[in-house]
Amino acid sequence: MRSRMFRDHALQALPALVAAGSLLLAWEIYCRFSGISETTLPAPSQVIQQAWLNREALWLNTVPTLRATLLGFSLSLVLAFLLSVLIDFSALMRRALFPIFIASQTLPLVAIAPLVVLWFGFGLLPKILLVALVTFFPMLVALAEGYASTEKEVEDLLASMGASRWRRFRLARLPSALPYFFAGLRISITYAVVAAIFAEYAGAARGLGIYMLNAKNNFRPDLVLAAVLVSSLLTLLLFSATWAVQRLAAPWIDGSSGRRI
Amino acid sequence: MTSPLLSLDRISLSYGDIDVLHDVSLDVMPGEFVSILGPSGAGKSTIFKLLTGAATARSGEIRFAGKQLAPTDRPFAFMPQRDALMPWRRIIDNTTLGLEVQGLPRKQARKRVEPLFQEFGLSGFEQHYPSALSGGMRQRAALLRTVVQDKPVLLLDEPFGALDALTRNQMQIWLEAMWLKHRWTIVLITHDVREAVMLSDRIHLLTPRPARVEQTIEVPLPRARFSHPGARAEAAIIETSILDFLLSPKIQQQEGQLP
Repeated sequence: MRSRMFRDHALQALPALVAAGSLLLAWEIYCRFSGISETTLPAPSQVIQQAWLNREALWLNTVPTLRATLLGFSLSLVLAFLLSVLIDFSALMRRALFPIFIASQTLPLVAIAPLVVLWFGFGLLPKILLVALVTFFPMLVALAEGYASTEKEVEDLLASMGASRWRRFRLARLPSALPYFFAGLRISITYAVVAAIFAEYAGAARGLGIYMLNAKNNFRPDLVLAAVLVSSLLTLLLFSATWAVQRLAAPWIDGSSGRRI
Repeated sequence: MTSPLLSLDRISLSYGDIDVLHDVSLDVMPGEFVSILGPSGAGKSTIFKLLTGAATARSGEIRFAGKQLAPTDRPFAFMPQRDALMPWRRIIDNTTLGLEVQGLPRKQARKRVEPLFQEFGLSGFEQHYPSALSGGMRQRAALLRTVVQDKPVLLLDEPFGALDALTRNQMQIWLEAMWLKHRWTIVLITHDVREAVMLSDRIHLLTPRPARVEQTIEVPLPRARFSHPGARAEAAIIETSILDFLLSPKIQQQEGQLP
């Protein structure tokens, strides 16, 4: 039973693996036969080899990035949740705050990252703040839309039972938002790693961002790509983690048709 | 003659410029199965909104057991049009919803509903999510959620409207049997004439908007109607006369004037 399930999953992943494998193969063949310099475009085999040889340095630089990502993302989740509740209960707060939230999304990261580093130093704090800045808005929108998606009949039913506004929020609006919440989580977790790397790029002692910058300055595109590989794996890992959390926390989402996201 | 349990006395209501209810008067006796029958958009659901407190009348009075209806702690358990089951709650926790809102701890609430699952044809499905249930089962779960609230009057808003014809029939037969056993006081909103005739003791017939009670029809047929020889034939005659009325030029003309 279990092995069969495993086989089914493996079969489903097959097309993706074949497609990715073909691209890598084409890249490898191009590098071998075009005579392009390896300081311009290294072959995938070389990237993987270098990644393995430099695994210790890569790992040392992955830990701070992962830490900044998770802390920043947690901060963003807490803020997004608190503010989403606030604007759900108060139309006035919604009108007052929403334009500011939207404006926060229009800030170009390229310009803002060095400034945040300038203001808050080379430590962990500016990274946390930048990750939070980038991921906060998608989470807030996901939650707000989720609350609004609550079936009117469910709220009417609760009202007919004499439930207060807060009770209706907790029993109907909050759980109704969960599918949207997890969709938002998957979108913003992919931004989170990128934002952390960007923040490190603007100035850090350690981290994948600064590792990439140093490798580039030393004319080692193979090491840049090795770090890119690590950051992609990191994002994929976090992305899959959101599915796992969803299955544990809200197993009903998979089963209810029309709500699948 | 006993006095009515619930009565609406010349209720009028409008949303903005649109008159929805105009001098609606009707009553419900204790233990009676009453239907409110009318064309779509006539304002049938608005009557329930008044009763549950979601809307307020412009004029008129609602009395329950002889006294004016209090704004809180209303004596109604309401079942909305679609089942409104919460997809994130297991069936057992959906059925305890009303008890939980009333303040009963979840464990005690579960104990109270558990014995009823058999009767509602839901035993074995306590721990399932609603998405795993058929349409008929979902409606039975929604009805279970309604009756365990232990309120004096059940308000059912087109409970079987979304079901396929066969399941709808099965549910009507089942509901009549349940009512014969428990003798709940039921107010049923429907636009299905046959459903009203087969289930109710009396039918309040509404006109198109602005709604009035045009006629109150006694249905003196023997129970249980679905299995009683002859009851179906008689029901068909009553059904035809109601349909004739609903399709009469006078009513049709009013419908044509709707905004």
